[in-house]
Amino acid sequence: MLEHYLNLAIKAMFVENMVLVFFLGMCSILAVSRKVETAFGLGIAVVFVETLTVPLNNLLLNYLLVEGALNWLHPGFTDVDLTFLSFIVYISTIAASVQIVEMVLDRYFPALHMSLGVFLPLIAVNCAILGGSLFMGERNYNFAESMVFGFGAGVGFLLAIVGLAAIRERMAYSNPPAGLRGLGITFVTVGLMSIGFMMFSGIQL
Amino acid sequence: MNVDSPAYTLAFATVVCVVCALFVSGTSVLLADRQEINQLLYLRKNVLVAAGVIEPGARLSNEQAMALFEQRIEPRLIDLGSGDYVSDMDVIGYRQREARGDPDRSRPIADNPAGVRRTPHLAKVYLVEDQDSFSQVVIPIEGLGLYGTMYGFLALERDTRTITGIAFYENRETPGLGAELTNPLWMARWPGRLAYDEQWQPAIALVKGQVGPPAENPYEVDALSGATITSNSVTELLHFWLSDQGFAPYLEKARTRGAF
Amino acid sequence: MAWFSKREWRAMADPVFDNNPIMLQMLGICSALAVTTKMDKALVLGISVIAVAGLASLTVSLIRKYTPHSIRIIVQLAIISSLVIVVDQVLKAYLYEISLELSVFVGLIITNCLILGRTEGFAMQNPPWISFIDGIGNGLGYAVLLLMVGFVRELLGSGRVFGYPVFAAVNDGGWYVPAGMFLLAPAAFFIIAAIIWALRVWKPEQQEKD
Repeated sequence: MLEHYLNLAIKAMFVENMVLVFFLGMCSILAVSRKVETAFGLGIAVVFVETLTVPLNNLLLNYLLVEGALNWLHPGFTDVDLTFLSFIVYISTIAASVQIVEMVLDRYFPALHMSLGVFLPLIAVNCAILGGSLFMGERNYNFAESMVFGFGAGVGFLLAIVGLAAIRERMAYSNPPAGLRGLGITFVTVGLMSIGFMMFSGIQL
Repeated sequence: MNVDSPAYTLAFATVVCVVCALFVSGTSVLLADRQEINQLLYLRKNVLVAAGVIEPGARLSNEQAMALFEQRIEPRLIDLGSGDYVSDMDVIGYRQREARGDPDRSRPIADNPAGVRRTPHLAKVYLVEDQDSFSQVVIPIEGLGLYGTMYGFLALERDTRTITGIAFYENRETPGLGAELTNPLWMARWPGRLAYDEQWQPAIALVKGQVGPPAENPYEVDALSGATITSNSVTELLHFWLSDQGFAPYLEKARTRGAF
Repeated sequence: MAWFSKREWRAMADPVFDNNPIMLQMLGICSALAVTTKMDKALVLGISVIAVAGLASLTVSLIRKYTPHSIRIIVQLAIISSLVIVVDQVLKAYLYEISLELSVFVGLIITNCLILGRTEGFAMQNPPWISFIDGIGNGLGYAVLLLMVGFVRELLGSGRVFGYPVFAAVNDGGWYVPAGMFLLAPAAFFIIAAIIWALRVWKPEQQEKD
């Protein structure tokens, strides 16, 4: 059983890396990867929010939205299927959790809030976060699995963004052709990292 | 009017919610029937493809496909454990995937290379009618590929050994590599191969390199080029569903009976 | 274009060539790349994004004077998500097989920064008609790029365009050995880099000075 969860986490981190395999969260990856320090901050915030929202959305999906989920309320609701509302529920959960996390951090961990604060609003519209919840729904994870998956996917994002930022810091000393400078060469770098991560495909514990 | 007062904000939010909810639910209700028909039709077309009744990628109108299915295919429910038919249940309305996820209607399966975690107590098989008798059976198969679960159908002849066709209707494999398992030319290599060996052990396997016609290599099918993991997964999932945990009890009974 | 004033025409064409949202502002690539392995998928997603971007901008602009400042982002998100759900439902009803292939990427239009970027950055300050055109234009810029990437990937990766064989691939009994590399994730990044490079050689004013 433990093996199963470990496998799931490894898969979410490396084999199915949100950024390098599914291209999710690219906007923020490109915008916030100039310095390792800030990249790390955003990465940690993503791990945090992803671990929180994926299981939360899992609960909402299974106890509110899927067909027959409203049985606990009234047996007459067996045929009600609200899965079409899943997108809007997911995004609201994410937006609300980001708000709450921000308020909690501000109140109790001001130091952490100072370093993460700027990234939190960015996260609400980060595709990697919504993607985590959507994949959870599509792959029918249960609660424990969705927790492991959310954490793994977040760590995968962290790895990718810190790695890219480290490379970009070094790249400041290189001299690419004028047209490739900045965005272009960053895309090439991400592509090369993506090739690296392809080596993990098919790994199973 | 003060746009930023708390009361107005609350009222505005409520109105937006209600309007959005009405809009979304309206479309959903309006389109629900069509979506359900689409889903059903998609599955049915794939059953027909696996059974060799229609060509893969054939352009059929919805009515044609439905009529063909009604005319040639008879869905039945079986008890996976005993292999007997179950007749006192609604076959059309039975949703196997849903049952598989329900702890009351499925059993957990120990770790296996096919990545199957639970099997439903009841499974839906499709009998293919040919001149007043059933000539083939189409069984549902599923298993873990490289990126996700692959779902498909496998059709067997009355001897329950000769494969007449295969069709995967849902996969998340790499387009052009693993996802070539929906390529008609690859699917055309299956008919005539043998699923079981002489001892009735699952024998069919995907192998690399050139594979001859069924007469020469009855137990082998060309692997998908560039997709080792997907190919191995297909072998594993076929072995799983052809084993005692899958449809072996049912197929054995049909074999000894001499009829489906 | 007699139907459009010059300003409206600029609002539509600008984002396609001079101010492409993906090329310059790095917006909205999140969901862009994964669907470009086939052109039909790219086209369907492109059209969906155009529709959502246009309608979202229009709606946000229509209610911009009544929207309280403090909840404007969440109101925009609610409008965008509702539109995306409708698009998803329509695809499931009329283009079922493509919607299966697009899987989660239709839902991800919600977080496509391009759309929220236009509603927040443009539609909140401008009248409805021009906002609508601005949304459509930006969606168009996005769709054009998707189709360009999709064209290269599908043609070289499987020898087809829109599913019709152009180079007869070996898998289909022809001569072309498909460069499977183009269908894998990294190729999409390289193609975008190449397009950016080409665009910036053509229009040097877009180059970045460190």
